[in-house]
Amino acid sequence: MNDKSNHDTHDHSHDHSHGSEWSDMELKVKTLESLLVEKGYVDPAALDVIIETYQHKVGPKNGAAVVARSWNDPDYAERLREDATSAIAELGFSGRQGEHMKVVENTPDVHHMVVCTLCSCYPWSVLGLPPVWYKSAPYRSRAVSEPRAVLSEFGLELPSETKIQVWDSTAEMRYLVIPMRPAGTEGWSEEKLAKLVTRDSMIGTGVALSPSEVSA
Amino acid sequence: MNGPHDMGGMQCYGPVRPETNEPLFHGEWEKKAMAMTVAMGFTGAWNIDVSRSERESLPPDFYLSKSYYQIWIAGLQNLMLKRGMVTEEELASGVKIERAKEVKRVVPASEVPAVLAKGGPVDRDPTGPAQFSIGDRVRTLPLNPRGHTRLPRYVRDKVGMIVCVHGCHVFPDSNAAGEGENPQWLYCVSFDAQDLFGPDAEAGNTVNVDCWEPYLERL
Repeated sequence: MNDKSNHDTHDHSHDHSHGSEWSDMELKVKTLESLLVEKGYVDPAALDVIIETYQHKVGPKNGAAVVARSWNDPDYAERLREDATSAIAELGFSGRQGEHMKVVENTPDVHHMVVCTLCSCYPWSVLGLPPVWYKSAPYRSRAVSEPRAVLSEFGLELPSETKIQVWDSTAEMRYLVIPMRPAGTEGWSEEKLAKLVTRDSMIGTGVALSPSEVSA
Repeated sequence: MNGPHDMGGMQCYGPVRPETNEPLFHGEWEKKAMAMTVAMGFTGAWNIDVSRSERESLPPDFYLSKSYYQIWIAGLQNLMLKRGMVTEEELASGVKIERAKEVKRVVPASEVPAVLAKGGPVDRDPTGPAQFSIGDRVRTLPLNPRGHTRLPRYVRDKVGMIVCVHGCHVFPDSNAAGEGENPQWLYCVSFDAQDLFGPDAEAGNTVNVDCWEPYLERL
C-alpha cells in the first residue's frame, strides 16, 4: 500500500493494473451524472461550463501573468504584498479557491514552498486544478518535514545556505510563490517573462526557467 | 478526527514522483467528477467544511489507496446519501426512484462563470478584538477532537510565533459540525522546523501554518 498512492501519479491509460478500475469509474461517474441530472440537482450544461473553465480558462498562465507583472512593475509588486487578493483581481483573476490570496517571494536567502497536508487546498484562481503529485501522500507527508529532500525529487537542488519556508494551507488562505526573476531578462516584456514562469515555480517545487530554456 | 488524511510528517509513502507532461485529467470521468463535485457544492446542501469532513471520514484503506477524484466521488455520494438526496438503489442504477429533495439553488450554465468568479469568501466581521498580534509567541493546544479540525497533528502542542493576522474567518471545526460559522480570528503561525521534527530537521527552516484563535494559547 505504501506505493499505492504513487500509482496515481502514473499515466492511467498505460497502467493495465488500473484498467478495470478506471472503466468502473467511467461507468460509476456516468451513472451518477444521469441520476443528478434526472433529479434536477445539476444542469448538465453547467458541468460542461465548469470543465471548460478549468480546462481552458483558469490555469497556471493566470499566475504567470501575476508573477511577470510583479517582476516588471514595482508598484504592482507592492500592491501584491499589501493585498494579494485585490492585486490579483486587477488582472481579472478571482473567485473559487482564490478568495483569500497571499504571495510569498523567493530570495537568495529564502525559498518558499506550498503544501496542503490535510487535503489538497490549492490556489485555483491563479494555478487551476492541482497536479496529482500535489494531492498525493508522498508530497503531503514530507513537504513539511523534509522539504529539501522533496525538492530534490523534483530535480531542484537549492544552495545549502538558502533556507526553506513551507506554507501549509490549513485555512482558506491560498499561497502563490513569486519565484526569483531569472538573470538576463532585463528589459523583457511581461508577455515574454510570463513564459519563464512554470506552474511548479509558483508552488515552490521549481524555479523560473532561464532564458536559454525557452525557445524564442 | 485523527484520520489518514492528516499526513504531515508521515514517512511511509515513498518519494514524490512528478508525472512528465501530466495531463490535466486522466480520463473523461475525472472531468465529470470534478465538475459534479463543484456543481453539487453550488446547491448549498452542505458547506466546504462538511465536504472535507466527509472525505476524511472515508475508510482509511479506501482513502489511502484511491485517487483524489475517486475520494471526491465517494465523498459526494456519502454527502447525498446522508441527506436523503439519493438512495443506494438510485446510485447503482442511475435512475430516479425517490422524489428529489429541495435544494437552495441549481446554478444554470449561464451563471456558472459569475458564480466561480465570485467564489465563497469566508472572512467575516470580527466579533471581538484579536487576542494575538504579530510577534507574539503562542503554543498550539494538544487538541484531539472527534470531529473535523484544521489543526494538523504535527503542529499540536508546539510553540511558534504569529507572523500574520489574516482577519476573522469561518471556523471549520464548528461549520463542519453544523454548528454555524462561528467566525474566529485566523493567524499564520511560524514554527521552527526543529521544534516540530527534532534535530533531523534542517536548522533555519520554518513551517508556517494557518491557525484559528481557539487552537492557540499565549506563551
